[in-house]
Amino acid sequence: MKFGIVVNEGPYQHQASDSAYLFCKAAIEKGHEVWRVFFYHDGVNNATKLTEPPQDDRNIVNRWSRLAEEHGVDLVVCVAAALRRGIRDENLASGFRISGLGQLVEAGIQADRLVTFGD
Amino acid sequence: MLHIINKSPLSGNSLGSCLNVATGGEILLIEDAVYAATSGNAFEKKIREAMGRFKIYALLPDIEARGLADRVIEGVSAVGYDGFVDLVVANRNCQSWL
Amino acid sequence: MSEESIKKFMFVNRKAPYGTIYALEALEVVLITAAFDQEVSLAFLDDGIYQLKKGQQTKGIETKNFSPTYRALEGYDIEKLYVEKESLEARGLSEEDLLVDVTVLSRAEMGNLMEEQDVLLSF
Repeated sequence: MKFGIVVNEGPYQHQASDSAYLFCKAAIEKGHEVWRVFFYHDGVNNATKLTEPPQDDRNIVNRWSRLAEEHGVDLVVCVAAALRRGIRDENLASGFRISGLGQLVEAGIQADRLVTFGD
Repeated sequence: MLHIINKSPLSGNSLGSCLNVATGGEILLIEDAVYAATSGNAFEKKIREAMGRFKIYALLPDIEARGLADRVIEGVSAVGYDGFVDLVVANRNCQSWL
Repeated sequence: MSEESIKKFMFVNRKAPYGTIYALEALEVVLITAAFDQEVSLAFLDDGIYQLKKGQQTKGIETKNFSPTYRALEGYDIEKLYVEKESLEARGLSEEDLLVDVTVLSRAEMGNLMEEQDVLLSF
């Protein structure tokens, strides 16, 4: 089955991004496809490569980047939400791309299921 | 239909709203909503009542993280992230009550 | 776009405006969705109903008043706005207090409508 995922909260502040990641990982392990993850609201903060968590903590941003690299997951950051919050191409982590809200609607149309994680 | 809840029933009304509005189906409690799956709190009676209309699941890693693995109400099914995925697949649509 | 690819999208609004950005950014998605020729509806429950309250004046909080946008939705062919009756009454409001025409539904009617959807988005 083809999944679309929406992440509405930033990393470290709220569990939403962790839950979304663990859901994606489990879906891929079960042989499903995670077609696109759309980052909206403060969720766009998952995409900054300037993130530097302490050594003993998980690296949420890198974890998403790896998912894109290893499984071809399309990580899309909403442009309007990103610009509002200082996320731009210059500080975008690998595997992410900035695009319009149409990408979220398209995920709703193309995916068999769209699952939202937020506050 | 799958209803996904992520808030404690004692601090927000997501679960309460869901129980009021949804006509049936399955409910998955994740993140802080797993407190609703445990016994001894003020919401327990409502969850027990809801079990007649809904099949209720709770995410085990979230229960364990919060130290409540020994308090899960009988009749609530604890599932892992793989079970979460299965629930989404099995239901035609899902709604996150944010 | 072919018949098969038309899906029923419902935007579920349960949060008040201004205190957080969710209502505004949800509205931005609604406007974009209109361009995709999908079947779009908006549901207002709980504090989400406050988004539709008439007479919003945001000058004092130096924030954009986005409430007129709800009135513009009609121009985008988005005419299905549903308000849950008990939430409305619990807030001491009636249809006359809202800035757009809505369909008031009981809890059960709202629940049934949700069941019919293909994609439910809530922010």
